[in-house]
Amino acid sequence: MADDASPGNQSDRFDRLPATATDRTVDGRPTRAELLAWWDERFGIEPGVFAEHTFWERGDGKIWVCRGDLETPVGIEALGMLAVRTRQEHWKPTLEAIQRFGDDATRNRIELATPEAAVFLAGADQELPWDGDWGYLIVTHEVAGEPEPLGVGLYVYDELRSMVPKGRRREL
Amino acid sequence: MNVLERYEPLVDDVEAFYDACRRSLPSVVRVNTIKTTVERAKRALAAEDIAFEVTEWNPTLFRLLDDQPGANWPYVHGWLHGQEEVSAVPARVLDPDPGERIWDACAAPGSKTTQLAALLGDTGLVVATDNNLGRISALRSNTERLGVTNVAVTAEDARTHSLKPFPQAEYDRALVDAPCSCEGTVRKNPDVLEDWTVEHVEGIASVQKGALRRAVQATREGGTVVYSTCTFAPEENEAVLDHVLDAEPCRIEPFDLPLEHTSGVTAWHGKQFDPAVQGAKRIYPHHNDTGGFFCARLAVTG
Ligand SMILES: C[S@@+](CC[C@H](N)C(=O)[O-])C[C@H]1O[C@@H](n2cnc3c(N)ncnc32)[C@H](O)[C@@H]1O
Repeated sequence: MADDASPGNQSDRFDRLPATATDRTVDGRPTRAELLAWWDERFGIEPGVFAEHTFWERGDGKIWVCRGDLETPVGIEALGMLAVRTRQEHWKPTLEAIQRFGDDATRNRIELATPEAAVFLAGADQELPWDGDWGYLIVTHEVAGEPEPLGVGLYVYDELRSMVPKGRRREL
Repeated sequence: MNVLERYEPLVDDVEAFYDACRRSLPSVVRVNTIKTTVERAKRALAAEDIAFEVTEWNPTLFRLLDDQPGANWPYVHGWLHGQEEVSAVPARVLDPDPGERIWDACAAPGSKTTQLAALLGDTGLVVATDNNLGRISALRSNTERLGVTNVAVTAEDARTHSLKPFPQAEYDRALVDAPCSCEGTVRKNPDVLEDWTVEHVEGIASVQKGALRRAVQATREGGTVVYSTCTFAPEENEAVLDHVLDAEPCRIEPFDLPLEHTSGVTAWHGKQFDPAVQGAKRIYPHHNDTGGFFCARLAVTG
């Protein structure tokens, strides 16, 4: 229940992430500093990109990003967009966050030709060469003359696995 | 077309009105300027040989000449949102400035929420409220698909909307895109005429009055409230305005609308309304080859 006094993660309430580890009151909750460092290290998306945004946790390890700020905690249905899942060892960005912020990425992004992008969008895995790290990649393809982030893939064992959620899959 | 007959006395060209109501509606998309520009969206559609024309009054609205919105790359990237042409009117009339706080009182599935967010350049805050959880999940899917981050969504009755989660202040502007009898959507959904009852009109009018009153109360003095519906029923349009003009500190404001339309009506079935309701605008389907719509702009005076 949305009880302002109760500690820990609540599934019906958003808690703003603490700025740094010294501000942390809930065990295991990621900090804003860790989030910004992860975007930067994994994808080369610099902290300045999120200068106007706040990060919030609702439920265990579900991190939302909101432009602007509210008083914390806040018991509402949605706040900005779900951006990252931090529960597993490897943090996983959402398709929506990648489409919105992935433009600024300089690392761990893989450009697909349009037919391969269509396979990816349909939710299918495919064998593709990739020289970089295994793990979550930003998948881009060219739209109107420029590369455009489409979603998140998991690259392991010479294979790009589509992480496109069922509700966003399409056969184009 | 029985229900529509009750509106014959209000319509300028009854035959053209019926003709338009029988035709299906052109498919229209709005360019989502949070994720792209109008120019890039045009190039992306052209690259897929999708024919379109830009509406005369709104450079972000494209009529698709023979396609449905959902099956192309720019849609998949969240550059486009399927939205009926007249549905794009109220956010333009509300005309928010970047950084402002807006309340969208009856928001799901979020066509206007996401349009307002884009007009704000994804700054400020749009508080989007609806009382239907199923429709709220569609709203969330749309805001996320379109990359909106300046939105807070609440599930509640607009009539008793609480400012408690948002203690900062009253709103600069509010939109009440009210639930209604929807005859204006007959071109998309002919069943609305079968489902029409006068009891529903009366019931929904009381929700409309309550939601619009709450919007005036929750908006700061000098702020703006827009009321819109897709019904032709004066009970749900001018009568609602008349009620709220009496009950809350506000007045009707003139606004420009570069689409063919007529003025609000001051009398209906023996009732007279405040003459100020003529400042509201009625759009009939034959005027611009769209759905039907009603829109009014209020200034909050206290
Ligand atoms: C005309 S639709 C809104 C369309 C939306 N503004 C858009 O552009 O996508 C009216 C909405 O009002 C909601 N509604 C009905 N009664 C309500 C109430 N008492 N409080 C809040 N929302 C209500 C309905 O669930 C419906 O989603």
